[in-house]
Amino acid sequence: MLYRAFRINESDNVATALTEIPKGERCEIIGEGNLREMETVEDIPVGHKIALCDIKKDESILKYGVVIGRATADIASGSWIHLHVMCSNFDERSSHLDAVTGAPKDIRYE
Amino acid sequence: MKAEEITWLGFKRKNGSPGIRNRVLVIYTVKCSEFVARRIVELSGSPDVELIGFDGCTDNQYAVNMLISMIRHPNTGAVLSVGLGCEYIQPEWLSDIAEKEGKPNSWMFIQKEGGTNRTIEKGVSWVRETLAKLADTERVEMKLSDLVIGAECGGSDYTSGLAGNVVVGRFFDKLVELGGTAIFEEIVEAIGLGDLLEQRAANAEAAKEIKYTYEKALDYCKSVRQYSVSPGNFAGGLSTIEEKSMGAVIKSGTKKIEGVIKVSSPPKHPGLWLLDSTPDPYWMQFGITNPNDSEGLMDLISCGAHMVFLVTGRGNVVGSAVSPCIKITGNHATFERMSEDMEFDASPVLLGEKSIDETAEELMSYVSEIAGGKPSKSEAMGHKEFFIPYKYQEKEVAFIRACERKSD
Repeated sequence: MLYRAFRINESDNVATALTEIPKGERCEIIGEGNLREMETVEDIPVGHKIALCDIKKDESILKYGVVIGRATADIASGSWIHLHVMCSNFDERSSHLDAVTGAPKDIRYE
Repeated sequence: MKAEEITWLGFKRKNGSPGIRNRVLVIYTVKCSEFVARRIVELSGSPDVELIGFDGCTDNQYAVNMLISMIRHPNTGAVLSVGLGCEYIQPEWLSDIAEKEGKPNSWMFIQKEGGTNRTIEKGVSWVRETLAKLADTERVEMKLSDLVIGAECGGSDYTSGLAGNVVVGRFFDKLVELGGTAIFEEIVEAIGLGDLLEQRAANAEAAKEIKYTYEKALDYCKSVRQYSVSPGNFAGGLSTIEEKSMGAVIKSGTKKIEGVIKVSSPPKHPGLWLLDSTPDPYWMQFGITNPNDSEGLMDLISCGAHMVFLVTGRGNVVGSAVSPCIKITGNHATFERMSEDMEFDASPVLLGEKSIDETAEELMSYVSEIAGGKPSKSEAMGHKEFFIPYKYQEKEVAFIRACERKSD
């Protein structure tokens, strides 16, 4: 298959895209767990996470088998998961960064 | 060959712990003597002669401890300290430490020697004589169980936590099983994983140290509202500090953690140790949540690491004085693009081409070659970076903050 994502722990509800995965494409899931394929519902940039199932607002995002944050909106299976739909349970500031570039939006440049 | 059967010849040291290199350290004790010390290193014409130093002029216990740890380091064979003559740090006392370690040593003040050229000339001739002496250093058989290896990551991308650090973690498991010593650091990159780390403590005392150290880092991050993540990390797909933390902590493998050590304090016995390099409370205003990679490598070396791993997805070029540095990447494109600098490619794990176990075994045989004397890529290119900043740290985990302590 052309597109691939890596799931590092079988209890994870996300996998990491090893290639760019365009919207509507099927990708191979390698690594742990039984799920072997997934269809994307939006573009997933390389290195970013894809939802492996539907995740409700306030539910935990799991990677490496540990909680890496929580959903700030309902997330559909196959979606791109990043700052726009999840946040840290510790770091407040990162929720204010630009989802694509990571640039800070809470500091004024005049 | 089985890992436990691999041997090579190391350098015998008076304090018992053998070295894998036999370096001559030229130490400047203030910025004013750096040029002269550097020229001595350059003119010696030997890759075994290396420069380290502290800019000063005011001294700092943390920096002095670090210089002492480099003198006592098993990879150090001889020491020349070069001072200007009016700074706080005393080159003669550094020489005394080397003497006690049974290492050839000398010291000079530039003001006393009569300036740049006279000092350089005297230094170069001492270094050349010493190199000849060091050729006769007694050799001793070493095994992987004799090694202390430190690991840190820098310039991380999504591959670091999925491949590079994962392979290092498995390597550490194997090293500890063989009876060796593994050190991992970056407690500020463990935010979100306090319970997980505490559960891995080897005993109650270790658990207490881990808890305190974790809370210290968390307090600090909270108070400055800044965690050890950067815009580049987010752009690369990491969404939270917890995600980055787990990718970083995975390099510690799965073994029990014997305790927390501080900079310049070698582990008390073999096994896996957490190095806390963050400043202690009250002095936290000098702290930074994101030290540069050379600082991290020096911290590990100050704890006696014979060799250090730098795991980097985006790529880096630094090496290190005193101990060879091996740069590991889980990003195949980075490995190809920076092939002269990147030393070990962990990406086959991500691509499903090789197992984690197989790749960790390969790393182990590579480590044996470097330990046996083969120069690492950074060593061969002359990368000898070092970084000794002003910092405030207690030598052991200090459960009472310095500012809260009653004065004597």
